[in-house]
Amino acid sequence: MSAYEAIILTIITASTPLLLAAIGELVVERSGVLNLGIEGMMVMGAVTGFAASYVTGSPWLGVLAAVLAGVATSMLFGLLTQTLMTNQVATGLAITLLGLGLSGLIGSGFVGLPGVKLTSVSITGLTDLPYVGRLVFGQDPLVYLSVILTLGVAYILKHTRVGLIIRAVGQNHHSAHALGYRVVTVRYACIAFGGATSGLAGAYLSLVYTPQWIENMTAGRGWIALALVVFSTWLPARLAAGAYLFGGVWILGLYAQGMGIGIPAQLLSSLPYVATILALVIISTNRRLSVINTPASLGQGFVPDR
Amino acid sequence: MQLILEKRSQASSIMNLWSPVLAIFLTIIMGGLIFAMMGKPPLTALYLYFIDPLTSWWSIEEVLVKAGPLVLIGVGLAVCFKANVWNIGAEGQLTVGALMGAMVPVLWGEWQSPLALLAMLCLGALGGALFGLIPAWLKTRFGVNEILTSLMLVYIAQLLLDWVVRGPWKDPQGYNFPKSVAFEGWHLLPMWGDGRMHLGLIVSLIAALVLFWVMRHTLKGFEIKVVGSAPRAGAFAGFSHLKMVWFCFALSGALAGLAGLIEVAGPIGQLQPHISPNYGFTAIIVAFLGRLNPLGVIFAGLLLAVSYIGGEGVQIELGISDKTTQVFQGMLLFFILMCDTLILYRLKWIGRQVNQGSQVNQARKLSEGGAS
Repeated sequence: MSAYEAIILTIITASTPLLLAAIGELVVERSGVLNLGIEGMMVMGAVTGFAASYVTGSPWLGVLAAVLAGVATSMLFGLLTQTLMTNQVATGLAITLLGLGLSGLIGSGFVGLPGVKLTSVSITGLTDLPYVGRLVFGQDPLVYLSVILTLGVAYILKHTRVGLIIRAVGQNHHSAHALGYRVVTVRYACIAFGGATSGLAGAYLSLVYTPQWIENMTAGRGWIALALVVFSTWLPARLAAGAYLFGGVWILGLYAQGMGIGIPAQLLSSLPYVATILALVIISTNRRLSVINTPASLGQGFVPDR
Repeated sequence: MQLILEKRSQASSIMNLWSPVLAIFLTIIMGGLIFAMMGKPPLTALYLYFIDPLTSWWSIEEVLVKAGPLVLIGVGLAVCFKANVWNIGAEGQLTVGALMGAMVPVLWGEWQSPLALLAMLCLGALGGALFGLIPAWLKTRFGVNEILTSLMLVYIAQLLLDWVVRGPWKDPQGYNFPKSVAFEGWHLLPMWGDGRMHLGLIVSLIAALVLFWVMRHTLKGFEIKVVGSAPRAGAFAGFSHLKMVWFCFALSGALAGLAGLIEVAGPIGQLQPHISPNYGFTAIIVAFLGRLNPLGVIFAGLLLAVSYIGGEGVQIELGISDKTTQVFQGMLLFFILMCDTLILYRLKWIGRQVNQGSQVNQARKLSEGGAS
């Protein structure tokens, strides 16, 4: 395996959790809901994924458990914001704080234990192809899943009736309601989808990226995913590009540290966060670009007139 | 039969007071359940958690020491949230405030004067305010969402502190521990009691009282409330939302920075990689539990301080992970938000007939063109 292959492989590994979490949030925000709780759902996914795979020995059961944990956490958010009409920003923060606490409590017995790694795909013949073999045919299954999900979301949002309904609900929930669509139900479904992908992203961290449980192991990735959604101006293709770009920045910092350049490690570690701020500034400077796709009802609760 | 939320004709001021009480009650019940699930005696654990910290003078002092920064940061955030400005990066502003203030003992340690401490306090507040103004500037100049930027800056500030105490500001005589020089006596806040209570507590109390007065009796307070609850009306009255963003970030940043400096010049006494057990984030809960009212924040800060000390208590007595503190805090915010629904809505059982009636009502409203 050549050096460039190794670098691209690590970039993909660093990008995939961002892409997974962000693609779910993109759908959530398209339906007009702002879920700031990604970090919390992700870390819950990471700890349950690790725990379930450690107990059962099966990484796939871990992935399943992580998805369920993500959905369960997101449904708490749904219950509060959609049924009880709480403030979405504050509720998202509550989910994050609760998730970080609960995951620490659940995971306190798992710290330092060896994890079960989700193995990469290996197809005889294809995976050994020079240059592209490992990159195309030798990734772990969740990488493929993240690509499929991104393509699927792009297609569904743009070309199907379901996508049209989601966008309608996000653009103008009163009109969508008047047309007979169940605004709250659609939003619950989107929130659940976002929870599922956030759970997956968490599982990716604790089963693939570093197969062990480390407290707060999401390290702000949930927030970066949120920024990515804004950066992508709610377009899946741009989201994927952004996710790989950020994965690149993340790895760049790690590589530079490994090579021992005379730059403080902390400065390099802060690169993803600095890059996030820069990306947000760049995208926000172009008002037209950011306004044109912003779901008009983003962050507003829907109360039907009774 | 179906349970629905019916909008109240006006916000219930009774529920506004009862909602936090209800939320605390629900948190305690859920907490008991969690302890029971972990196989620990729930009543003993809850007693250790919430009552035991208040039974000895020593632990009451500890509670007050923890409540100080929570109240100081919490009142700033309460003003922010009231104005609908979302500063969630107080933890970062706290860190930078501590760093700026620590310049005096670290760089000019020889300067022995009562003014040194004053300079530290001013620099701490200034550092927090300047760091808080970064998201404010990005918001007003480029329209960048302040939630994301203020949060990203927390990570950056913590890495900066980490670098400083492991690199340039590391104590040369510190056996290579990641710590700055220990502050000298004239750099430390006056202390009393068993040597833990310090001047910072009075600063917190004064800040809360002053902000209570500002919010209640001044034009600025009125402006904050109007811009937050009715930005359009505020604009007609000549209140600028953008200026409000600057004001809120400067104020809450300064208070958070001051809290950070007070921590390092008080209980800690030097710079180290970790100077705060997430005070900046917990203060968000404090602000909400305190009804975004500076007086309420004092009580909320005390309660959350109890949860810190109680968490340590159950860890020692029952061997439960101290993560329970964070779980309790998260649950508390969760239940407050849930119970706050009852301020604007009331729960109502409705039968089928009423439901049909309401549908007719709704159809009529729509045919009238729907004002919205």
